[in-house]
Amino acid sequence: MADTMTVAAGDKIRCDACPVMCYIKPGAAGACDRYANHDGTLVRVDPHVVLERTVSHGGKLVPFQVSGDWDGKIVRQPDIFVTAIGAGTTYPDYKPAPFIVSSEVDGVDMVTVVTEGIFSYCGVKVKIDTDRYLGPETATVRADGEAVGHVTTSEYGSQMLSLGGVHHLTGGSKKEGRVTCDTLMDLSNCKAVELTVDGGATVVVQAGKPPIVNGVAEERMRVGCGSATIGMFAKQWHGKVDEVVVVDDHITGVLSEHQAGKLLDIADTGIKMKGRRSTPGRYFQVADPGTGWGGTSISDPLSILGPFNAKEARPGLTMLMVSTTGEHAAYYVLDDALTPVETEMPADLRFSVERIQENCEPALCTVLFMGGAGGSLRAGVTDNPVRLTRSVKDALTRVTSGGAPVYVWPGGGITFMVDVTQMPVGAFGYVPTPALVAPIEFTMRLSDYAALGGHMDYVRPLSSLRDSAELRPMPYISGRRS
Amino acid sequence: MTRLPQIALLPDGKRLHLQDGPIDLVIEAKGGESEIRLAYEAAAQRFTGLLDELCAELAELRSAADPRHCALKGVVACRMHAAVAPFSADSFITPMAAVAGSVAEEILGAMLRATPLDRAYVNNGGDIALHLAGGEHFTVGLMDRPDRYGVMRTMAVDADMPARGIATSGRHGRSFSLGIADAVTVLARTAAQADAAATIIANAVDLPGHPAILRVPANELQPDSDLGARLVTRDVGSLAEYEIEQALEAGATRARMLLMSGLIEGAALRLLGETRLVGATGGASASHAFQGKAIASMLLA
Repeated sequence: MADTMTVAAGDKIRCDACPVMCYIKPGAAGACDRYANHDGTLVRVDPHVVLERTVSHGGKLVPFQVSGDWDGKIVRQPDIFVTAIGAGTTYPDYKPAPFIVSSEVDGVDMVTVVTEGIFSYCGVKVKIDTDRYLGPETATVRADGEAVGHVTTSEYGSQMLSLGGVHHLTGGSKKEGRVTCDTLMDLSNCKAVELTVDGGATVVVQAGKPPIVNGVAEERMRVGCGSATIGMFAKQWHGKVDEVVVVDDHITGVLSEHQAGKLLDIADTGIKMKGRRSTPGRYFQVADPGTGWGGTSISDPLSILGPFNAKEARPGLTMLMVSTTGEHAAYYVLDDALTPVETEMPADLRFSVERIQENCEPALCTVLFMGGAGGSLRAGVTDNPVRLTRSVKDALTRVTSGGAPVYVWPGGGITFMVDVTQMPVGAFGYVPTPALVAPIEFTMRLSDYAALGGHMDYVRPLSSLRDSAELRPMPYISGRRS
Repeated sequence: MTRLPQIALLPDGKRLHLQDGPIDLVIEAKGGESEIRLAYEAAAQRFTGLLDELCAELAELRSAADPRHCALKGVVACRMHAAVAPFSADSFITPMAAVAGSVAEEILGAMLRATPLDRAYVNNGGDIALHLAGGEHFTVGLMDRPDRYGVMRTMAVDADMPARGIATSGRHGRSFSLGIADAVTVLARTAAQADAAATIIANAVDLPGHPAILRVPANELQPDSDLGARLVTRDVGSLAEYEIEQALEAGATRARMLLMSGLIEGAALRLLGETRLVGATGGASASHAFQGKAIASMLLA
């Protein structure tokens, strides 16, 4: 069949999926809005329409059109792996999944059941690497003014959002459901989404990119708060400098007063910090928040110090001041009047500053899609859905999403999480329910598939897919997609 | 190998979905079980090969229609021509302006030739052919933006009204518009007539030469567009209230002319959140879909 064969005509391509034979310009779609010219290649667009087209007529499964509808990609090497993207599905899924493919790997017949699942129970967990205040815990997170989720408990160095879920998708107003669906789909397809937190910040979130909080892009995660930094580096500083101040908007640390310094018998230096002392060597609010040292407003670190106490300080005393990201650092020696004078930093202290920098990771937003494979979706895979669940739990069946590895949550059902940046481009679609459409694949040995009540009559050899235009090769690149 | 259309029931088990190339039909019939089956079979049968039939005369269908003479052969092609012919003397229009409505009408006709039905519709991407036996009515949702979700208003079409076709045209749809209307929905006696008239009225909702309107030659977007190098609307920037009124009035004037000549039964014009309704004014006309109670319910819905 030559449905999707194209004939190049300059920069246009000619689609022969139907007799209209549209000429399609790069970046444009044909008259049907179903096929488009993507960099000279005819591609299928509009994934959710695929879903309707596999719905059966009169109880009989209409075979998924062999070519033309498939927009799936091979994402795993060296063994060919068929993803569910564009595979389509029926809804509800009491019929065999659109593709049940067998291939032989190491002499074992493997079966991959690929289907696009419709997930009304789904959402995304967003980790935003920032110490900036995004809003109070449980505060509503909005997109386009609609509630799409909430701020949940923060994790180390990161603020966490929990978005979507069945309540926002189908429990609220029509607009709330639609906006939630759009937000989830955009985040899952690695697009940028602007979110506002009630009583908090506006943040632009895009999987794999730094967050933009109130218009300012975050660059690096700090290595820790000032106090944590003292704890991490106290030993490396011991014997090389008399005092270290780690300037931080949250907690500024002072080595000589800090527990870590005490344990190393570091002597008092007579330093006098501004701000509010929390516990020994830990200070809150040494300055206003800002874009200067350690997320504070200051450009001269000495402005957060009072005069040294003459009882403990002595001329020649040395001091390192550094920010929690290592982006700012200065070295001082006290003169005869006990005034710090900036001096060239010794090499081994410069090394410790570089070590702080090295330990600051780029600030990113990460998005995990989370969804549950319901009974009907599982029925598309096997006659006896619960056996599929058991097979997954027993690790006989491997679950992937668009070829990407997933974490299957223990307990009932098949609830999984997947890093959306590991999935092929445009893997997610939607249906107007509203619910998200995500690819899901179950891979197992052919014998195991038969044992769990698989639709054996519908198993097709991999070669039957490979010889047609259904598969487009896309080399699997471990790590993040471009 | 013959290319076959997609034929399937939608998940509700009631509506039939037919798709072939750019044609996407959603069909529903009301009647006895065996009548519905007969009707759906007739629809699927007539639909098979219909696209090829049209494509055989595609070049001619994409050319400006001759107002006096139809050189086309196919029954659907001739219906398309007949629907646009009343406009082709003083406007550029090709039979393609009525393709969706004409196909819908053809399929509905095939269904009714096969069996009597209480009520049926063939919805071809928003261009709809209706069948109503005595006492039946349809509630139709109006969308102001086909690219968005949600119904703006609803209206009722009764069996005693002459309207059996509904069509919407505007700059957000699949085909291009020469005008700036977000949507123009037209009621007419047939779906093909509604389709052609909606195109004409939507083209008339315009502010020629306005700097906030971005226009691009149609063939730069779709090389084989029937509109050739004519400028089609790609974007409408912000317009002053009086400008919106002026554009809507231009369209409404055209709509009133079509109404008086009996080419349409009513029209709803929508631009940047403003709506203008055109319906018969007084008299015993049956064109009350956009009037009286219907208008009230449209505005309330």
